[in-house]
Amino acid sequence: MRWWWWLPLLLFAGFLGVATYQLTQPKDDLVPSAMVGKPLPEFDLRAAAEGMPGVSTADFRDGKPRLLNIWASWCLPCIAEAPQLERLKQEGAEIVGIAIRDRPEDVAAFLARHGNPYTRIGGDDLSQVQLAIGSSGVPETFVIDGRGVIRYQHIGDIRAEHVPILLEKLQEAGE
Amino acid sequence: MIAELGLAALWLAAALAALQLYAGAMALRPGGEGVAALVRPAAVIQGIACAFAFLVLLWLFAITDLSVKLVAANSHSAKPMIFKLAGAWGNHEGSMLLWVAVMALSGALIALVERRLPEKTMLATLAAQAFVGLGFYAFLIVSSNPFERLPQPPIEGLGLNPLLQDIGLALHPPTLYFGYVGLSVAFSFAVGALLTRQVTPEFARVMRPWVLGAWVFLTLGITAGSYWAYYELGWGGWWFWDPVENASLMPWLAATALLHSASVLAARDALRAWTIMLGVVAFSMSMLGTFLVRSGILTSVHAFAVDPERGSFILVLLTLYIGGALALFALRAGTVSEGQRFAVTSREGALVFNNVMLSAILGIVLLGTLYPLLTEAFDVRVSVGPPYFNAVGAIFVIPMLLVMAVGPLLRWRRDSMERVHRPLILIGAIMLVALIGALALDETGVLPLLGLAIAVGLAVASFLPLRGRRLTRVPLAVWGMVVAHFGLAVALFGMASESAFSEERLAAVAAGGTAQVGPWEVTLSDVLPAAGPNWTAIEGHLLASYAGGDPIELDPQSRSFWAPPQETTESALATRWNGQLYAVVGSEAGAGRWQLRLWWKPFVTFIWYGGMLVALGGALALIGRVIDDLRRRAVRARIAQRRGEEPV
Repeated sequence: MRWWWWLPLLLFAGFLGVATYQLTQPKDDLVPSAMVGKPLPEFDLRAAAEGMPGVSTADFRDGKPRLLNIWASWCLPCIAEAPQLERLKQEGAEIVGIAIRDRPEDVAAFLARHGNPYTRIGGDDLSQVQLAIGSSGVPETFVIDGRGVIRYQHIGDIRAEHVPILLEKLQEAGE
Repeated sequence: MIAELGLAALWLAAALAALQLYAGAMALRPGGEGVAALVRPAAVIQGIACAFAFLVLLWLFAITDLSVKLVAANSHSAKPMIFKLAGAWGNHEGSMLLWVAVMALSGALIALVERRLPEKTMLATLAAQAFVGLGFYAFLIVSSNPFERLPQPPIEGLGLNPLLQDIGLALHPPTLYFGYVGLSVAFSFAVGALLTRQVTPEFARVMRPWVLGAWVFLTLGITAGSYWAYYELGWGGWWFWDPVENASLMPWLAATALLHSASVLAARDALRAWTIMLGVVAFSMSMLGTFLVRSGILTSVHAFAVDPERGSFILVLLTLYIGGALALFALRAGTVSEGQRFAVTSREGALVFNNVMLSAILGIVLLGTLYPLLTEAFDVRVSVGPPYFNAVGAIFVIPMLLVMAVGPLLRWRRDSMERVHRPLILIGAIMLVALIGALALDETGVLPLLGLAIAVGLAVASFLPLRGRRLTRVPLAVWGMVVAHFGLAVALFGMASESAFSEERLAAVAAGGTAQVGPWEVTLSDVLPAAGPNWTAIEGHLLASYAGGDPIELDPQSRSFWAPPQETTESALATRWNGQLYAVVGSEAGAGRWQLRLWWKPFVTFIWYGGMLVALGGALALIGRVIDDLRRRAVRARIAQRRGEEPV
């Protein structure tokens, strides 16, 4: 038996080692927004649902901190986070929604089915506002202070354990 | 109810695979002949059960049964029927089921018809096939159940990724899977031959059709995938050295080497251990590719549903199959002698050179693909791209192509350069003339220039094996080789020409405005909205005229799909015999002007014509070999019959 017959197996074992190591490493694929700490970009979005106002930058400059929720009726995690948004609303948070690439009838159906925690909803048909504030997907939630400055970004759906964090960030933004 | 029927069939197939493995392994031991009779029937019924499970999945997609999770996540009632069906394999679970179904059917086919090898080798092969199949069944049932139900069916499905709603791409994944399955069969044969120490020319002849078939499908799959990326992704490129592209290229390279070494083994009984090794490597590359793509361990433009748990599962399968086969190889290769010897200047010599070069290229692609994985362990993020692959690959591709021009002219066992010096001078002269001609045409990089020269020389050289032969008597397999080698020259010419002579133009044009690219004059007549069953778009209406000739109408689109929401560019192509005009319409540039992106790519279509010719060559060779085998079988049957009738 010659030693080089074992060479392929040895190389393969090396690959297995690296691959196993990489698989066990937590993979950080989140893209944090570069806009945190900066004022909201200027925008003025149409109303996304009948009977509710649209959203513009000016709405965030009245001294009151708010949550800005980026969502869509076609997004499944948005359904999962609906109860948490409802809880945030009950705790006194004011939530402004921006619906991404959505149609008014779909938005209305979603709200009828899963509840409506929003005070206003803007329709962002080309994701322009979404991209401008540095959001790379739905759902995402931003904390905006009373001067319209982005203070905090939450990526992904809000789970029960995130509710106190968001409330705390909201309170900090109000101080 | 229907979905549960599919799951039951899958479980049945898995149980039969377990039986097949057990009976096959037992039959190899002394005194275990009793259970040997179970192996072939188990393989056949397993094939039927698994194929049935896949048919059930197709049916669920055809009727858009939204209570099944996979259908809800990948289909939509507004989709055309062909894409509803394509949705069945346009996702992780369904594509795995398709793969294992084709694999089970191949096992059934072998069990039914293959009787040339010693029965023990066949039993070992079928046991190995069952071992591979069993891992896939476990993977499907445990972590990727395609028949899983949703507790609450949604009103509407999420749709198939719009980029995939394209007829070429609906066929692209199954084509590659057929290729992978063919290589899994070659793998099983290699393991079977190693277990019983029966590495014979007959073994190579039995394995060869499977390798040829796999190779044809892989060639078609890669060609189609490349063309799809070219016209659908809208950036005008045809190969990106993306990990997923490499994942399909690596098995192809290994299969190409295997094909040639199996020919040496079949014809001359040489390169025994090497052929076995390649049989193991070729399938390992397809498994490795699957692992890299599905585990999300590498970042790629191909956004498969990535899942670390599935990654771990495939890694375990990899360890079992590849690790097991390589360990078996290390233990047994010493007992497989290398077989017949041959001179350096001979057909075998050229084929060995081809094998070494192909292996080197494979190593380079593998290293480039895995390198980011390696550096990430040290927290350095890198991306390996064309500058590495093109330059380093060329070091081995160019000598390989040169030997490829000469090799088919050489005789088996021993030959002299003296005998073939005239064709050699002819090929050399043609390449030199082509090089000078290309130099005079345009100033460009070294590699495209060499590529053009070698392509022209190789195109002529590929027909030289036919010289002095009566064309009607040339075996189909030789025609296959000629066509495949010529196809490679054609594809190489397209690649070199595309990178040497392409012209690009980015312009903001208002309606009525004109932009020039190469010999083309393109006028934007209008931009209008358009709509399809599940998308809306802006459509540019262009009038393109080549060298002042009659204008052709082109309508590139920028589409917005709403289920799921995504934008795609639909490029518009004007194809002439000598190249393609490639037009993309972008967003509005203000003041009524629109962004237009135009490319003139001389002879770019040769890349895919060449790919199709290569596949055609493989198919011809496959048909030729199968016909030969059937004829030989008939002759043998007749001899056996005569022996039975006449007393010796």
